[in-house]
Amino acid sequence: MSDNQKLFLKKIRLEQIIIKIVQVGIVILILGLWEYLTLKKVLNPFIFSSPSRIIKTIISLAYSGSLFEHIFTTLYEIIIAFSLGIGLGFIIAIILYECLILAKIVDPFLTMLNSLPKVALGPIIIIWAGANIKAIIIMALLINLIVSLLTIYNGFLGTDETKIKLLKSFGASKKQILKYLIIPGSKRTIISSLKLNISMTLIGVIMGEFLVSKKGIGYLIIYGTQIFNLNIVMAGIVILIILSFILYEIVKFIEKKFL
Amino acid sequence: MNNTLTIAHIKKSYYTKKGEIKAIDDINLEIKKGEIVAIVGSSGCGKSSLLGILAGIEKCHEGSFYFQNRKPVIGYMLQNDALFPWLSVYENAILGLKIQKKDTMENIAYVKKLFKTYNLDEFMNKYPHELSGGMKQRVALIRTLAIKPDILLLDEPFSALDYQSRLAISCDVFKIIKQEKITTILVSHDIAEAVSLANRVVVLSKRPCKIKKIYEINLNNDNPILNRNEKDFNLYYQQIWKDLDVNVG
Ligand SMILES: Nc1ncnc2c1ncn2[C@@H]1O[C@H](COP(=O)(O)OP(=O)(O)OP(=O)(O)O)[C@@H](O)[C@H]1O
Ligand SMILES: [Mg+2]
Repeated sequence: MSDNQKLFLKKIRLEQIIIKIVQVGIVILILGLWEYLTLKKVLNPFIFSSPSRIIKTIISLAYSGSLFEHIFTTLYEIIIAFSLGIGLGFIIAIILYECLILAKIVDPFLTMLNSLPKVALGPIIIIWAGANIKAIIIMALLINLIVSLLTIYNGFLGTDETKIKLLKSFGASKKQILKYLIIPGSKRTIISSLKLNISMTLIGVIMGEFLVSKKGIGYLIIYGTQIFNLNIVMAGIVILIILSFILYEIVKFIEKKFL
Repeated sequence: MNNTLTIAHIKKSYYTKKGEIKAIDDINLEIKKGEIVAIVGSSGCGKSSLLGILAGIEKCHEGSFYFQNRKPVIGYMLQNDALFPWLSVYENAILGLKIQKKDTMENIAYVKKLFKTYNLDEFMNKYPHELSGGMKQRVALIRTLAIKPDILLLDEPFSALDYQSRLAISCDVFKIIKQEKITTILVSHDIAEAVSLANRVVVLSKRPCKIKKIYEINLNNDNPILNRNEKDFNLYYQQIWKDLDVNVG
């Protein structure tokens, strides 16, 4: 390794360390300031809660066992809605790809559905599906399905024309073109759509839990608001942040592994 | 048995919202077994459309083509190697066999032999992105030859390559075609390439294309690179250049 190369690597490493230090510093500063100001009653702890109170709340929730129940409920809903969104999106995308007329027919409806704020449908979903976990999953599906359907479908449409021609020159049937080209070729788009899908699913699940639920992190937040216990609300948000971060990292790992 | 490929009265139009686009206007051609015919013509005149019809990709509304009174097995190579990045080089090469459900022991042995011939056998388990452009095009060639085509259709197959690999691979293709006596139609926008490789050069008119002229190429060598040094090479070149009526500048 030449000296210049070493110098370059050193510079990059130094830069990374500085970035990390500043990031951690910002978090500590905010948390410290928050704790200090509520301690000195500059901020009303009843409204603003405080880092120490949040930690205490989380610990006591964990002791009572309800914390894990909430987390698992939400996680369960997320996993179901996430996989259903991708699975159904994939199947519908294949149907639309194979049947161009159908795709043209449903196009304006999809656009309409896509631009509609799905929360508006919440009350109807509850009436139709009942105030249970089904309603929450339908809510999340409404939000993530169209996004993943459109991404996968557009991935199909983007298939290299030359490759299709090649298969046709071999006399491949429509089914063979799907099996050998379209489906394996869309792996990249599907995997890169996972990130968007997971955030959409999170939005849908939490929204659903806000509307109907007896368990889950969304429920925890709403419950805290109703009894005006900001410690519980903040604890719910903190858990949610951690959960989304972990899910996001898992998806990023999958992306790295398979792309 | 009739060993020629006969193309009779082929016409082709595309129908679009803006109107009918006539691409081919009555093409007739007979090509003997083992012959290499190069097709040149101005951009957009309908060369790819003609190959598309012969490859069974494009419908043609009028005319027909036949070979030994049956539908020929077609090998089709395009400008882009069209290798599937998620398949290994070997899996790419047997793709056609798999689709036609002809992946028998015998045919697979033949593919492996082709890999040896092109010194690509150590790369069989690699993936396309690990190969150079010339090597990829060679794999595409193996994939085409694997199905033992009666007729080889080459649509500017080397034009994405740099000059060096282009000469090398066109030389390879030439040797194989001659060895296996595969009837070949080569579309090229490079007149020198067309003249050096082909037994005949067909010049097409502007769209909708008709055959404008056919040149019998009589160069003595059996090597396309040496052909370029022949005395008559430049005569053909200049004549075809004139026929194409290219407006420069
Ligand atoms: N699918 C299509 N729909 C409508 N028009 C088309 C279609 N394919 C080709 N054409 C038109 O038909 C004409 C002939 O096209 P073709 O691709 O056969 O030309 P080409 O000789 O291969 O051109 P190039 O030298 O650029 O490769 C062009 O004018 C083109 O615009
Ligand atoms: Mg073309």
